[in-house]
Amino acid sequence: MQERRKFIKSLLALSALLVLPMRALANNWNIPAFQAKKLPEAFAALQISNVSLSTDIKVIGPDKAENGAVVQIEVASQIPNTESITIFVENNPTALIANFVFSENTLPFVVTRIKMAETSDVLAIIKAGNRYFSAKKHVEVLENGCG
Amino acid sequence: MGVVKMTDNIRMRAQLKGEITEVKILMTHPMETGRRKNDFGDVIPANFIQTVTATLNGKILLEAQWGTGISKNPYLTFHMRGAKAGDVVRINWTDNQGKIGVGEIAVTPA
Repeated sequence: MQERRKFIKSLLALSALLVLPMRALANNWNIPAFQAKKLPEAFAALQISNVSLSTDIKVIGPDKAENGAVVQIEVASQIPNTESITIFVENNPTALIANFVFSENTLPFVVTRIKMAETSDVLAIIKAGNRYFSAKKHVEVLENGCG
Repeated sequence: MGVVKMTDNIRMRAQLKGEITEVKILMTHPMETGRRKNDFGDVIPANFIQTVTATLNGKILLEAQWGTGISKNPYLTFHMRGAKAGDVVRINWTDNQGKIGVGEIAVTPA
C-alpha cells in the first residue's frame, strides 16, 4: 500500500512537471501559423473553423495604398464577448499578420500599420466564445511593400 | 543582443477621453522580413517583433503576436475602460532575435 501511494505521488509530481512547460508554451509565438503561406494552413494552425461573415465587424483601410510598406488598418468588433482580433492579408507571402487578445476592460478595437505585397483582401477574424466571425476590406496596392 | 533602452524605442500616449482611455504607441524597430537583400545581394536576416504585452498597473490589457507583416516602426492604438489619471500603462515587446523593449506612460486627462 505504502509503495503504491509513493508511486502515485511520483506520478502526480511527474504530470505536474509535464503540464507546466505546456502552459508556458501556450503564450509562445505560433510558429506554424506565422509560417503558413496560405489562409487555410494559417487557419488550421490557429484552430479557426466555421467562420461566419458578420456585419458587426468593421475593417477600415484605404481603397488604394500608394505604398504597400505602410497600410493603416483599423478593426473594430461589436460582437459581444469578443476575445481576439486576428488580421490576415490573403496575398502576402505569409498570410497571418497579427493576433490581438483583449482583456475584459480593453475594447475589441485596434489600429495598426501593415505591409502588403500586392493588391489583396485584408481579412479580420474575431473569436467570441467558441465561434469565429469575419469581415474584410479590399485594398489595391500600387507599390509592393514587402521587398 | 543587449536590452534596448526603454527611453528611445517606444513613444507612448495614454489619454482619458470620458470613460475611455486611448493608448497610442509607436515603437522603433526595423521589422525585417528576412526576404529582403542588401546592395550586395546578401539576405538581410529576419528581425521583427513577435510578442507585445500591454498592462495597466501590472494587469494585462492586451497580448499580441506579430509576424513580419507589421510595418517598420510599428504603430498601435487601442482603447480601454476603467483607467484613471495617473494609472500606468506599460508595454513590453520581444523580437525573434531575443531583444526586448519596454515603455511606460501615465494616463493623463485629454
